[in-house]
Amino acid sequence: MAKMYLSSIFANPERVERLIEIGKNSFQPLLEGAIVYTIPLTLISFIFGLALAIFTALARISGNKALETIAGIYVSAIRGTPLLVQLFIIFYGLPTIGVIIDPFPSAIIGFSLNVGAYSSEIIRAAILSIPKGQWEAGYSIGMSYSQTLKRIILPQASRVSIPPLSNSFISLVKDTSLASMILVTEMFRRAQEIAATNYEFLLLYTQAAFIYWVICFMLSILQGRLERRLDRYISS
Amino acid sequence: MINIKDLHKQFDQLKVLKGINLEVKTGQVVVVIGPSGSGKTTLLRCINVLEQPTSGLLAIGDQVLDFSQQVSKRQIPPFRRLTGMVFQNYNLFPHMTALENVMEGPVTVKGESKETAKEKGELLLRKVGLADKAGYYPYQLSGGQQQRVGIARALAMEPKVMLFDEPTSALDPELVGEVLKVMRDLAAEGMTMVIVTHEMRFAREAADEVIFMDGGIIIERGKPEQIFSSPKEARTSQFLNLIQ
Repeated sequence: MAKMYLSSIFANPERVERLIEIGKNSFQPLLEGAIVYTIPLTLISFIFGLALAIFTALARISGNKALETIAGIYVSAIRGTPLLVQLFIIFYGLPTIGVIIDPFPSAIIGFSLNVGAYSSEIIRAAILSIPKGQWEAGYSIGMSYSQTLKRIILPQASRVSIPPLSNSFISLVKDTSLASMILVTEMFRRAQEIAATNYEFLLLYTQAAFIYWVICFMLSILQGRLERRLDRYISS
Repeated sequence: MINIKDLHKQFDQLKVLKGINLEVKTGQVVVVIGPSGSGKTTLLRCINVLEQPTSGLLAIGDQVLDFSQQVSKRQIPPFRRLTGMVFQNYNLFPHMTALENVMEGPVTVKGESKETAKEKGELLLRKVGLADKAGYYPYQLSGGQQQRVGIARALAMEPKVMLFDEPTSALDPELVGEVLKVMRDLAAEGMTMVIVTHEMRFAREAADEVIFMDGGIIIERGKPEQIFSSPKEARTSQFLNLIQ
């Protein structure tokens, strides 16, 4: 089947020209979708999500029953339900009770909640991995809980959590394609829209896939640099 | 300087301290010895409230905590600031250089400017013989050097009392001397010190008073020569025979 398709393309110079033409023309709108929506959506959601994750992680190890329960329910609810369903509840469901949110902010809310829940587990584990002696050393020079957390524990925990958080971040880049389902004209939705006019689905979706891959590839290079930077105080 | 009255500490069902009474005068060096599990480390950790005593009275200078009543969380950090703690495993902050370790307390807790803290930090590092290691990270330092940074870090908060929890137990034998020397210098300057240690020679030379603990109580206390040469209690001589 695939062979037939390929041979039929190359047997037909006009078809090849048409594909190149479409490829060229669609590259710009796709890239624009990535720069205007996919990347901002990823960055903003990740920053909000990370802040939420830190609070959730702290709540879960706070020793306060009420806080632990609330944080536990939140994490369980988000991890136990599909991201697409969460996005649909926010964008298509909430208007039923009069809460109407635009596509882009809806996506931000959905992705932030998602990152918050998943990353809170990473951060919780990272905080717990720092030896108790570090807390005590902070306390022993008169620091409060929050000073010790901010100055001593989190800087060390962040080093431990960079690899798993980078995973979450890269997953998030790809997950933003789900925003296409709630009308955000991010890269994948643009690919769908262009393909709907010229029926070159394989070409358009492959192009989109390629741009996703380039973004993720650059991110993994950044991750490597960040890890090396944070490892400077650890003997190799 | 330190006044402890009927201090008890219980972990769940386990009674670790069973009524400790202890007074340490300003400038005094008190060495606490005893078998493992005797409660000596717990006593030290109670003095700076890393462990909260179950009951009893704890006073440092004119500040008093009464653990028979509810002690609020806010009271503890200022009280703790009266003491400096040196840990068995140093517990330096690995993401900070030696100098940054020493500056951390003054800058974050006392709100000193970085310039002032840096000047004082450099002086303290010189005092412990590490002026040339200011920019080194803990992993680049030997155990003895790390422990001396730990002492400088504690001193930077200008504590009234220094607490040492087996400061040389994790060190290679050839590195013990440099740490003990710094401690001797501190004692000579008149610092009030409570030291939990297994270094009996150091206790003999540097202590004003030696306290022998076993089973969560103070069995015997006295001048080092008296404790080491003619202990009154059978348990003390038993212990000393085992380790000497």
